[in-house]
Amino acid sequence: MVRRVGISGNYAVAYAVKMADVDMIAAYPITPQTTIVEKLSEFVANGELDASYMNVESEHSAISACVGASLTGARVFTATSSQGLALMHEILFMASGLRTHIVMANVNRALSAPLNIWNDHSDAMAQRDAGWIQLWVRSAQEAFDTTIEAFKIAEETRLPVMVNMDGFIVSHMYEPVELPEEEEVRKFIPSKPLENRVSTKTAYATGVVGPPEYYYEMKYQAIDAIEKSRLKIKEIDREFNSRFGKSYGEIEAYGMDGADAALIVMGSIFGSAKEVADSLREKGKKVGVISLRVFRPFPIQELRKAVEGIKAVGVVDRATAPGGVGNPLYNEIATALYDMPERPAIQGFVAGLGGRDIRQDDFRLMYSATENAAREGAGRCIYVGLRE
Amino acid sequence: MSKVFKSVKDVPKEELLAPGHRLCAGCAAGTAVRQILKASGRDTVVVSPTSCLEVSTSYFPQSAWRVPWVHIAFENGAAVASGISNALKTLQRKGKSDEKADVIVIGGDGGTFDIGLQSLSGAMERGDDILYICYDNEAYMNTGIQRSSATPFGAATTTSPPGKRSIGQRTEKKDLVGIAIAHGIPYAATACPSYPFDLMNKVRKGLDVDGPALIHMLTPCPTGWRTDTSDSIELGKLAVLTGLWPLYEAVNGEVRLTVQVPRREPVTKYLKAQGRFRHLDEEALKKIQERADRNAKRFGMGPLREQQ
Repeated sequence: MVRRVGISGNYAVAYAVKMADVDMIAAYPITPQTTIVEKLSEFVANGELDASYMNVESEHSAISACVGASLTGARVFTATSSQGLALMHEILFMASGLRTHIVMANVNRALSAPLNIWNDHSDAMAQRDAGWIQLWVRSAQEAFDTTIEAFKIAEETRLPVMVNMDGFIVSHMYEPVELPEEEEVRKFIPSKPLENRVSTKTAYATGVVGPPEYYYEMKYQAIDAIEKSRLKIKEIDREFNSRFGKSYGEIEAYGMDGADAALIVMGSIFGSAKEVADSLREKGKKVGVISLRVFRPFPIQELRKAVEGIKAVGVVDRATAPGGVGNPLYNEIATALYDMPERPAIQGFVAGLGGRDIRQDDFRLMYSATENAAREGAGRCIYVGLRE
Repeated sequence: MSKVFKSVKDVPKEELLAPGHRLCAGCAAGTAVRQILKASGRDTVVVSPTSCLEVSTSYFPQSAWRVPWVHIAFENGAAVASGISNALKTLQRKGKSDEKADVIVIGGDGGTFDIGLQSLSGAMERGDDILYICYDNEAYMNTGIQRSSATPFGAATTTSPPGKRSIGQRTEKKDLVGIAIAHGIPYAATACPSYPFDLMNKVRKGLDVDGPALIHMLTPCPTGWRTDTSDSIELGKLAVLTGLWPLYEAVNGEVRLTVQVPRREPVTKYLKAQGRFRHLDEEALKKIQERADRNAKRFGMGPLREQQ
């Protein structure tokens, strides 16, 4: 029986981790992630979740302990944000290179300096080449469902999965969330450890020196694995749908029928973008919006299909790549669409850095500039809402 | 009560570090690892932070390890080991696995004293059930003999060279065992492979306590110390016999000398055998002798042998 409860995005993740019967959690407090691991330590303390809870002295040790633990085959989890993710940077590559099945919630927050605890996507974008699957959620319900899916994806692809959730906007927002029975969740993700890679029976060496004669092929295996994960992600989402009646896909397109111009977004701003699109469509504007739920592996085919016949897309980056050609999401999308026979004009935007609100007027501006790009071609990146 | 190694008859013949690894000739770390694994046996997972030992024993497609072995990075040996140890125990408690193993970290002085000290402190403070062994060759030997915070006063390294304005290393080695004791861990000790039974008994004790244990082990390095490759075991003995490397243990913080030195050798006997100390003047040698004298006083060793 499904239970409907009012919980925050962070608590939704904690409930998912508990229902997944995780064996080991290693975490370090950082805003706005902290209430995930607070809740989990509560579950462990009162016996609702039988897990080893490691209060580590840094995020670097959190992810290191998770890599070690995952080698035993155990189901492991950690959560972080911003500077914490940045501190993990070095080990993120080892987590994917050693094909661990770690699931991590990353509650998106701006990177310093200046110090800022509020939401943008600079933390996750700075780790986009670490070889992790990156999923992005937009609500507490999606945070719960995606975390459950993430365990299955990680264990079936042997790749670590990062579940990204907008800090405060999703993490601290209380929303009604439907929680399935724990038993049903366990049927979807049986609580059975993977092979023990530190077994004394096999005595494998893990994390060896990969000289030039071997490094390349070893690296390629991880590249190949994330390429092949596309099918698994789809399949697991379908299976989730058949069991729990919810499905999210790699991307979600809204109001794209007959649209000339569309915004492409990630995370919670999808809601506002849809609302403004609705009001503009009432006025006869042909605009729509696409939200990416999977960022790694990048959903190239799905995106191309979604923008077929569109004259211009506006890419909303919530992170920057200073001195680069474009900002992170823009660059991905420009590359993905580059060799389409009739590719849309691609207008770049930066908005909502460091928790700056993106207001309805800002969306109207972005839709209008994208429509303009459809007529006159795209211009330089527009820094939306930036004061002179 | 832990198993006690008293003579070679007590030591298993089985070698769990295979020959043919790439450690330098005369490297005492390789000798020490053989002793460690003879004491621990097969049911052991070894975690190696980045170090000479790590790169020299795991060059794909070869591996010298006959026990499960893991390397992740330089500064996280203790955190990785804690993760493995806790996960194995949890899987067992939950009835998901019946596999048991002791977890031993074998890290160099750079990976322990410097970049890895934070994660080591975390593991000791949490009380995770791991044995952390630092093999201390007193510099970053793997990258070409750079000073670490374990390099002793006066030693020449490539980043603490002696010169007109430099004596070499300016500072003294950190008190690693003291740091461990300050964490309130049940077992901490110093060791040296020149005293194999002492080392093996300490490994057994470290593994048998419930919670974290630390062994700080001096491993002479002919390449970095500029010594003859056949002298390593002798140098380890001299380090002990001069009082520069007291062999002691701390059980629940209670410190006890494990190898008594009834007649101490002068430190010059140890220092003059090493190229890295060749430049030291009388004043520097005196300062080092004073350190040995302080150790002798602290641990109750015998007097200095009268010089001929």
